[in-house]
Amino acid sequence: MAQKYDPPKQSGLGQFIDSFFLMALVYAALLLPILLGLTGGATETVLPDGVTQIEAEDGTVTWQGLTWESLGQNPTMQAQWEKLGYDVEAAAEIITTRFDYSIAPLSLLITAIAIIGYFIFLVTMSEKEYREVIAEKFDARR
Amino acid sequence: MTDQALGQAQPQRINLLKVLGPAHVWALGVGIVLVGEFMGWNFSVGKGGAFGSLIACWVIGLLYTCVAMIDSEVTSTVAAAGGQYAQAKHTIGPLMAFNVGLYLVMAYTMLEAADALVTGDLIAIAAAQFGHPGLDPRPFVVLTIALLALLNYRGVFMTLSVNFVITAAAFTSIVILFIGVQPWNPGAVLQHQGLLTDLPYGWIGVLAAFQFGIWYYLGIEGTCQAAEEVRSAGRALPLGTMSGIITLLIAASLTWYITTGLIPWEYLGQDLAPLYTASTLTGSTVLHVFLFVGTIFSAVASANGCINDASRAWFSMGRDRYMPVWFGAVHPRYRTPFRAILFLIPIAVSFAFTGLLDQVITFSILSGLLGYTFMPINMHKFRKKWPLGSIRRGYVHPWHPLPAIVLLSLCTATYFAVFLGYGVQLLAMIGFYIVVSLWFAFHRYKYVRRGDQFTMPWPRPLGY
Repeated sequence: MAQKYDPPKQSGLGQFIDSFFLMALVYAALLLPILLGLTGGATETVLPDGVTQIEAEDGTVTWQGLTWESLGQNPTMQAQWEKLGYDVEAAAEIITTRFDYSIAPLSLLITAIAIIGYFIFLVTMSEKEYREVIAEKFDARR
Repeated sequence: MTDQALGQAQPQRINLLKVLGPAHVWALGVGIVLVGEFMGWNFSVGKGGAFGSLIACWVIGLLYTCVAMIDSEVTSTVAAAGGQYAQAKHTIGPLMAFNVGLYLVMAYTMLEAADALVTGDLIAIAAAQFGHPGLDPRPFVVLTIALLALLNYRGVFMTLSVNFVITAAAFTSIVILFIGVQPWNPGAVLQHQGLLTDLPYGWIGVLAAFQFGIWYYLGIEGTCQAAEEVRSAGRALPLGTMSGIITLLIAASLTWYITTGLIPWEYLGQDLAPLYTASTLTGSTVLHVFLFVGTIFSAVASANGCINDASRAWFSMGRDRYMPVWFGAVHPRYRTPFRAILFLIPIAVSFAFTGLLDQVITFSILSGLLGYTFMPINMHKFRKKWPLGSIRRGYVHPWHPLPAIVLLSLCTATYFAVFLGYGVQLLAMIGFYIVVSLWFAFHRYKYVRRGDQFTMPWPRPLGY
């Protein structure tokens, strides 16, 4: 028959530190990709044939050869862009930004191992703890 | 104030009030999620094009149908605050339960922060349109969260009754917009023929769109958080949850149809509030006003439901000593988990003020996704440990194990979708959950009473 486990009493300071530690970890997870400069979707600028983009030193961008047709926009699309308050150059900033879906096999492998390993750890460790819970619930004596 | 901390030696334990019916469960689930039709889902258009987003909407709708089926069976049987957290305690074990509790707290607190940000931004946009540009949205963010926290503090019945009214109003605004764009008269307002294109990224873009396809429905599983406060868990939870998912499928389809008929997909894929934008493009002031109100209501309803759900999960973890026991207190008069509600408010505000909206949304989505991955494991163990007939179930879902297998397959596909474009964030979040799991297993668990984790009046599980 299992002995009933009597947990230690946690001090107020200990409770505060535990809460603070957990929240600090959340902020670290949020900020880490920022610090590594790897936030947001992986995008790239894809210019249509015949269109060039020149960026000046002060950051202003000028376009050459830019038309609604070259951006693949038909008259209906053009009309809706204009209703939204966009001219062709402003719309081009959005239209030419595309996601980059090229896959780095090593990165994919590391991610897959991390996720699968995490769940294996969870299930395995939980199983050990669960057996203690069941033993104490159904067999324990004080 | 004479509050009572649960878990300490007390002569009588104060429980949460059992006052909710199916309509409140519907309001909780749909209230949290409906904002996803007003903002966020459209990033799936950016990742996969308009048709890619529609396919993602349907496929992820299937994922959530599996979630709702599994949840309805387990929650109607494990009727305890904390929802999936309480399920994990009884079927898998403490470490899994701790993680599931954290998924819930993180998913809802970050969604709440995003909702409040949208509310503030929309008020600023509307102010600019009425001649007051440059309005600072931050006071509105704080005010929104503070007022909703007060509502939650004062009682769950009024909180979810308010949610029912504003959620129904927000849903009605989508229906009114749908009627206003005359779907029976293609070309008059809606321009699908000129705006819809082929898949811009091919089928890999469709797969990538699954990531934000989740936003159409993220949070419907929150209905389980009301398990301890419904009058009849066996009736209210399945009815509220399944009617909720049907409402969301209808709202998602209407939303896609309206917006893709008015907005070029490249713009739609990065817009802040696409239904509101669609209403402005109709040229109708009435629709414009309806959608402004609808969008605000949806964001407020979502934040309100998120405060409710995150606090229940945090409260439950405190009550069980997974987190400091101080959080496991019930207000003696209002019978709400008031310390958990108050503790999470400044955290939500600080998330909102980081300015990292995409990070916050991605963390919320990933926490939700991890929670969905837990469910097939949970369902498998639940049926294995207590086969049908061994305990009284409020509801038995059909075709087991098919929903669990489909759910696990779709979760795997969605991890890959997140990897496509947001791989670093995915690894950072998994890293976070690995570190906190080690912290729990090797530090925090020593404060947990072992046998007290199992509270259901069930027989010993098979195999133990």
